[in-house]
Amino acid sequence: MATDLTPPAEAEVGVGDYQFGFHDPTDKYVFKSRKGLDRDIVSQISEMKSEPDWMRQFRLEALDIFFKKPTPTWGGDLSHLNYQDIFYYVKAAAGQEKNWDDVPADIRKTYDRLGIPEAEKKYLAGVKAQYESEVVYGSLQEDLSRQGVIFTDTDSAMRDHPELFREYFGTVIPPADNKFAALNSAVWSGGSFIYVPKGVKIDFPLQAYFRINSENMGQFERTLIIVDEGASVHYVEGCTAPTYSSESLHSAVVEIIVKRNARCRYTTIQNWSNNVYNLVTKRAMAYGDSLMEWVDGNLGSRLTMKYPAIYLMEPGARGETLSIAFAGKGQHQDAGAKMVHCAPNTYSRIISKSISKAGGRASYRGLAKVVPGAHHCKSNVVCDALILDSNSRSDTYPYIEIDEDDVTIEHEASVSKIGEEQLFYLMSRGLSEAEASAMIVTGFIEPLVKELPMEYAVEMNRLIELQMEGSVG
Amino acid sequence: MNSLLKIDNLHVSVNGKPILKGVNLEVRQGETHALMGPNGSGKSTLAYALMGHPRYEITDGRIEIDGVDLVALEPDARARLGLFLAFQYPVTIPGVKVADFLRHAVSNVRNPDRKEGEGLIPMREFRKELKARMEALGMDVEFARRYLNDGFSGGEKKRMEILQLAMLRPKFAILDETDSGLDSDAVRVVSEGLARLAGPEMAVVIITHHERLLEFNRPQSTHVMLAGRIVENGDATLAHELHDQGYAGVRTRHPAIAAEETVEKTEEALVAKA
Repeated sequence: MATDLTPPAEAEVGVGDYQFGFHDPTDKYVFKSRKGLDRDIVSQISEMKSEPDWMRQFRLEALDIFFKKPTPTWGGDLSHLNYQDIFYYVKAAAGQEKNWDDVPADIRKTYDRLGIPEAEKKYLAGVKAQYESEVVYGSLQEDLSRQGVIFTDTDSAMRDHPELFREYFGTVIPPADNKFAALNSAVWSGGSFIYVPKGVKIDFPLQAYFRINSENMGQFERTLIIVDEGASVHYVEGCTAPTYSSESLHSAVVEIIVKRNARCRYTTIQNWSNNVYNLVTKRAMAYGDSLMEWVDGNLGSRLTMKYPAIYLMEPGARGETLSIAFAGKGQHQDAGAKMVHCAPNTYSRIISKSISKAGGRASYRGLAKVVPGAHHCKSNVVCDALILDSNSRSDTYPYIEIDEDDVTIEHEASVSKIGEEQLFYLMSRGLSEAEASAMIVTGFIEPLVKELPMEYAVEMNRLIELQMEGSVG
Repeated sequence: MNSLLKIDNLHVSVNGKPILKGVNLEVRQGETHALMGPNGSGKSTLAYALMGHPRYEITDGRIEIDGVDLVALEPDARARLGLFLAFQYPVTIPGVKVADFLRHAVSNVRNPDRKEGEGLIPMREFRKELKARMEALGMDVEFARRYLNDGFSGGEKKRMEILQLAMLRPKFAILDETDSGLDSDAVRVVSEGLARLAGPEMAVVIITHHERLLEFNRPQSTHVMLAGRIVENGDATLAHELHDQGYAGVRTRHPAIAAEETVEKTEEALVAKA
């Protein structure tokens, strides 16, 4: 390892600095498309990536769908989003790097600030660090590949595993699903591809780090995870972004297939800078007796619209979503979950927690749907909102569509303000108002945090403390 | 030197309504006081006002510890000066572990100059002390990992208050009906626990309707409140007498103040009906 990898001063900067943003010089790009979106740009992206013709066609068809579909008017305010004022493809460094020392120095420096080498030493079996639109660094523990596990970036998967890739790509979320799925399908780049063969259980989390690092640069990663029968995997994705003055668009698509008796957990903590539109489509198909879990934390962004979905396709399938949203000043978190019961004896649970402060707005938007014939289903939805001051707002939009009689659906919602009595109690024991508020908020999200891998739990609590600084008084 | 808590002509209003109308009381470190009085006489109001609850507005008078005026201070600053209130109805804080909360509280109270974000007291030392204190109070050490008062029974909550008292070692502890809602075994555990903690370093003001707590913690002074004032002072015999005979005698001896009490009750009833 290079000696300059973790200078002490850098290491001490820690998580606290993301909030204020930092970025590397932006003249290190190998390729950058011009701003805007049209057929030429989409063809150029495909050409740059030396893609097969079917993918170029797929992208162009998706582009047509994107242009035809109107921008949604529900959820958050998208009226300031200018699709022609965005770079849709930026390539930072040529090729795939096998090991950390080969990663260009300024990119390494950026990741040092995010603590990635540390994380790798401690936890990582494979790191997929997405810098700009392309994965530039990846390593995969050898025993994983011996077991036939594929963990790579999505572009490489298309090239190296063409049949497997084409069998599943776009099957869970077709381009026509919604406007942003169409956009992603047209311009996608990077993302993770995971295939876990039958019966293989990976007992440590696979992780990826994401980062937007160019003004007006959109990031459109595309993730595809296939967990074959009886297999299991926990995928963890975290991302942060430096702060820029103008708007930035992030629109990812995540497709997951969980086959019979398999398990998949997908954990995300997102802390986009406050100018980012984060419009994500995530969906999983869960087959017989499988378990799919989304753990989803949204702290940053200007607007997040994200409703991870689970389609329970066969009897015995279970789906769980645990989501947390923190909306601070100028932020709108419109987040939630969808559970679609397509088969009898399927089970779902949604736990949603939101915090709003300093004028922020947190909305829960969720769907519990039971199709005809899907009898003996159970669905349980709990949403709790914590509002920290009178300028902030919380809304709940629970949609329930039931076309079957013999089902159990429960929905509970609660909204609370940080209690005067709770604050007084803690302060009477010597805690300052800021310490007491942070403790109450940390306690509120504890059910989510304890589900996170250790480093994320620590990071999450530090982010909350940062968000709480200066929030009182 | 013994510290002194001095309450001088204290007037307190809640939602604009005067509740305390000139309370005077002096408590020295090491003393035990009983504060008694009928419902609505202002005992809990006094406790909350001393600790600095934001809804209890001090309209006149002073609260001092060794000459330092507490009136303008936040509750945490008062705690750091050595004041403690054991709540009648302890609040639940979901997701916050007892041990984490207490380590923070102990760090602040024992090191009053500690700034936010500075180091907490060492984990080993803290754990050892917490374990010993819990065992002395007959508490399962597992409670340290539970969320603060979340799902606790009435008795468990009260014991948790006494545990906090034991860990924070205040100069002045006010116990607001710590014995209410407890069965006799629980009262005994809490009383004995308190008796072991009390000593020359700590003053205890016990607000109670019952005698049990006072059996184990015999007061030097008993104070009787009526309609927002302390109307009588005595020794342990007074507490005993009030317990046996109720407050009829007190009302007879202070007819003018007792009349105020009646007027207020009538007003409250009218408000409740409306």
